[in-house]
Amino acid sequence: MTSSSTALTPSPEVCVRRQRWFALVVAMLAAAAPFAVYPVFLMKGLCFALFASSFNLLLGFAGLLSFGHAMFFGWSSYVTAHALKVWGATPELAILAGTAVAAGMGLVTGWLAIRRQGIYFAMITLALAQFFFFLAVQVPFTRGEDGIQAVPRGHLFGLIDLSKMMPMYWFVLAVFGLGLFLLHRIVHSPFGQVLRAIRDNEPRAVSLGYRVERYKLIAFVLSAAVAGLAGSLKSIVFQLASLTDVDWHTSGEVVLMTLLGGVGTLFGPTVGAFVVVTIQNYFAGAGSWVTIIQGGIFVVCVLAFREGLVGMASPFMKRRGIIV
Amino acid sequence: MTSIFDIPTGVLFGQLLLGLINGAFYAMLSLGLALIFGLLNIINFTHGAQYMMGAFVAWLGFNYLGLGYWVSLVTAPVVVALFGMAIERTLLRRLYKLDHLYGMLLTFGLTLIIEGVFRQLYGISGMPYAVPKELAGGWNLGFMYLPIYRGWVVVASMVLCLGTWFVIEKTRLGMYLRAGTENPILVRAFGVDVPRMITLTYGFGVALAAIAGVMAAPVFSVNPMMGSNLIIVVFAVVVIGGMGSILGSIVTGYLLGLVEGLTKVVYPEAASTVVFVAMIVVLLIRPAGLFGKGA
Repeated sequence: MTSSSTALTPSPEVCVRRQRWFALVVAMLAAAAPFAVYPVFLMKGLCFALFASSFNLLLGFAGLLSFGHAMFFGWSSYVTAHALKVWGATPELAILAGTAVAAGMGLVTGWLAIRRQGIYFAMITLALAQFFFFLAVQVPFTRGEDGIQAVPRGHLFGLIDLSKMMPMYWFVLAVFGLGLFLLHRIVHSPFGQVLRAIRDNEPRAVSLGYRVERYKLIAFVLSAAVAGLAGSLKSIVFQLASLTDVDWHTSGEVVLMTLLGGVGTLFGPTVGAFVVVTIQNYFAGAGSWVTIIQGGIFVVCVLAFREGLVGMASPFMKRRGIIV
Repeated sequence: MTSIFDIPTGVLFGQLLLGLINGAFYAMLSLGLALIFGLLNIINFTHGAQYMMGAFVAWLGFNYLGLGYWVSLVTAPVVVALFGMAIERTLLRRLYKLDHLYGMLLTFGLTLIIEGVFRQLYGISGMPYAVPKELAGGWNLGFMYLPIYRGWVVVASMVLCLGTWFVIEKTRLGMYLRAGTENPILVRAFGVDVPRMITLTYGFGVALAAIAGVMAAPVFSVNPMMGSNLIIVVFAVVVIGGMGSILGSIVTGYLLGLVEGLTKVVYPEAASTVVFVAMIVVLLIRPAGLFGKGA
């Protein structure tokens, strides 16, 4: 840290106090939000925020652009919906099943994709996601074009009725908070430090003796699992798992959310997700305008706005010790 | 009717021909992608949309200006290439010093815009485009029925691909191009206008995609989404072949088209996924790709 910025930064105690206040205010706002805003909209935003955050773990901290994250999101959504509707599982077990399947898929696809770097990695993940899309079209349990509809939400731990709006919302919020906290801890662990080293200079990390492939694979599996968790939640919220969730447009949307919010920032993907979901809701009846606007945001972000919304705000907040 | 392994030969060769046509499009598109990547260091995600634009310009030309197939075969690539070169000059040029990934993201965004605009204007239902009357009808070859137009697509695309290969590997112009791929700064020092060469190369790659689109118009129907599924398959083809070799991209394209056609006969359920399965197999056996040199 340079001397000029040290002079401006408040003392550590003040920083910690400000961070706690910031976290408290955000948590309270989030808990109270459904009284002001339509809860299903908020839950959709939270699911996609978690999804985008999982993608951000790869792009922001390991430098891996996965263009196929919808495969984890969509397939875990199918598995959870199937478990709830056909097997009559409780929500927490259905979510666990969906997440486990996504993690398993992450292990296999990650193992294949990390054989190549950079642009090839992106193309391989996209192609593998398309493979899983066609699989979802053909396998009978996904019910093709209809998808799995009218999924029962069930009782959480057999106790809490998730068909009521408020318990459902707080459950989604809790899972989202847990997921984001998990990602935060991963990024700031020694493991996260090695990931960043690989992102910044892969040959150097190799020469320092790190087994780069293993780190990349673990990051990929973790990211796939969290993306799966988000997909499972989504299928419970909307009571639906459909082909839209495995489509390549969904993979593109999650890239957009992360890019718009700020690659490599903790809250960026969340902010980006809510902006994109808002645009989707606002232009829902306007045909393909959503796609056109999303494309426009992509172009603007890449050309002029590569640090994203949170990336632009974070120097200001860092100086005041609000975030680390 | 004769048959091989209980499959009527007519069906077998018919599917193989369709596979060869798909292979022709894979070859032309992956060739363009490889050329563009070589010089611009950008994976042109817009390639699928530019293929679609080629078909659309031909369709629009016929319906509003009365331009026939043969005229469109020249005008459509020129129009789409000009559009592409404008994009290169105004947008892509700003990204050359950045990570490759940004180029992919920008062209992905452009794809969304282009496909969105065409969908907004023309809906998602396919529009028919008639086979030119010179190439209508077909020949009975005894073992199969050959629609003349399909035969023409296979021959024309091969001539185009091999012509491109010849220009790049055997002429002075191609030499500049290969040198520019290796070391653009040094080539510039020798007095070659590298930025112009980059623009023209992008234009040429895009034109190849647009020609493929015009050729595809009578075979498949013209619709705004015709390029987006194709481009993902082409990416798999590029991963399989590697972008290091021009001839490699061409051979891989045709080969995978044939494999796909064969799968349609033997095990139709896997026809849409067989290229991706092939990619997985290649990644397991030869991670660098069939013709690739390293990642």
